[in-house]
Amino acid sequence: MQEAAVQMPDTVPGQSVISAHHLDLTFQTNDGPVHALKDVSLDIAKGEFVSFIGPSGCGKTTFLRCMADLEHPTGGEITVNGVSPEEARRSRAYGYVFQAAGLYPWRTIGGNVRLPLEIMGYSKAEQAERVARVLELVELAGFENKFPWQLSGGMQQRASIARALAFDADILLMDEPFGALDEIVRDHLNEQLLKLWARTQKTIAFVTHSIPEAVYLSTKIVVMSPRPGRITDVIDSPLPPDRPLDIRDTPAFLEVAHRVREGLRAGHGDE
Amino acid sequence: MSRNTLPVLTVVLAIFLLWYIAAIFLNAAWAHDKATRSGEVLTTQTLVADTWSQEKPKLPAPHQVGAEIWKTTVEKKITSKRSLIYHSWVTLSATLIGFALGTGLGIALAVGIVYNRTMDMSVMPWVIASQTIPILAIAPMIIVVLNAVGISGLLPKAMISMYLSFFPVVVGMVKGLRSPDAMQLDQMRTWNASATQTFWRLRLPCSMPFLFTSLKIAMAASLVGAIVGELPTGAVAGLGARLLAGSYYGQTIQIWSALIMAAALAAALVALIGFVQRMTLKRMGMA
Repeated sequence: MQEAAVQMPDTVPGQSVISAHHLDLTFQTNDGPVHALKDVSLDIAKGEFVSFIGPSGCGKTTFLRCMADLEHPTGGEITVNGVSPEEARRSRAYGYVFQAAGLYPWRTIGGNVRLPLEIMGYSKAEQAERVARVLELVELAGFENKFPWQLSGGMQQRASIARALAFDADILLMDEPFGALDEIVRDHLNEQLLKLWARTQKTIAFVTHSIPEAVYLSTKIVVMSPRPGRITDVIDSPLPPDRPLDIRDTPAFLEVAHRVREGLRAGHGDE
Repeated sequence: MSRNTLPVLTVVLAIFLLWYIAAIFLNAAWAHDKATRSGEVLTTQTLVADTWSQEKPKLPAPHQVGAEIWKTTVEKKITSKRSLIYHSWVTLSATLIGFALGTGLGIALAVGIVYNRTMDMSVMPWVIASQTIPILAIAPMIIVVLNAVGISGLLPKAMISMYLSFFPVVVGMVKGLRSPDAMQLDQMRTWNASATQTFWRLRLPCSMPFLFTSLKIAMAASLVGAIVGELPTGAVAGLGARLLAGSYYGQTIQIWSALIMAAALAAALVALIGFVQRMTLKRMGMA
């Protein structure tokens, strides 16, 4: 990507894009109820980059799926863009990136990115224009007519991000999008994701297992712990907007990472 | 290709060898009877020669069947009632219509089962039950009933083909249409895709490998259905009619040539589907 100065999007604190109050979600299983989420309250402001981190079963993915109307809370309230998640989903308010790229092998990269646009009824000309634009955004211009199997795992995941960006959703929900990729590819994609965020001014909710990833990317880090799934700490990152990869060796970065680790340990300690 | 040629040829040769040996043993009794009556003495050589050239042998030798097939295909006009090509065409047309109907019915039922909870709960047991009824038992009834309402000829046979061929398509397509994983379906949901859009863009393409596998089985079943359907029609035309007529008059060579023709037809049809399958799945990046 060209070496343009990276500008953080303006966060507008008063304007809550995602707002959860005392959210509960209990799954009924054969072994009794499982409290996936208990009393979860959080506000995400417009333009924020929020990471959710915690061990398996802490409810971070469940929380993200609640925002996306893929799970239904059993208690509390949640709004997305001021309306219910279902209404938000129906108005196509968010793009969702899953852990697997999930590209269709029978469609080209361009065809895959075009898929949501076809479903949403964009005109042919608009589809072509948008596909070209978002592929350029994730540095896959020129790969439009390639098939997924002709691309590496990292490129496939970039294509799936392009697909989530193709329509006008202000919110990007990402569920461990780089979890299956190796460290070096992951670093590169993290760097690109920050630049992308700066250019598009989206609000991003990002689920991850990795402490460095969470600290490197986020303006806000939400630490969660399991049984019942709950928020144990919310850390506003003091890191500057401009983040080269080696910021990860600075004391400020390590301090935030330390606090995240402490939060994760505390969540585990009370069992 | 060349790697497969030798093993295949070996197997074919072994089959011919066994076939010729079996023909000697099975037809020997008749050869001895004939010799006793005419007072001849059979040497091994004349015995073998006789068992391989009888007019109505218990087991005709391969070259006899081959000669019969040659005589009834190449040397007969296609319009002739004795042409095996004519009879094959009669059977083939019923097979293809039955196959098309069966595939259509199978896919329609599968879509219903996948999209409609009531059908999901109720249809499958009936579909399975339908296949436990011996086709030989209901084939004559289908012919008779349809004949009574004025439908005869090709359609009743095609109905029996359909009856046999829709089953593998239902089973395969239900599995195929359900093959997209939860993530792919969730993804469609995040785009607020309608059921129709999800069907055409996700479920149907995902089901293609399952469909082709089912179609191969359905095609073979369809041919069996058409042949069975020809048996109760009083041996008018078709490979089934040739089989029946052959058994009435003890024309074993005719039976075997009809059998070989049916097998070749089935092999060709299944190979054709296999070809379309390879082309399609390769283009779809799923092969």
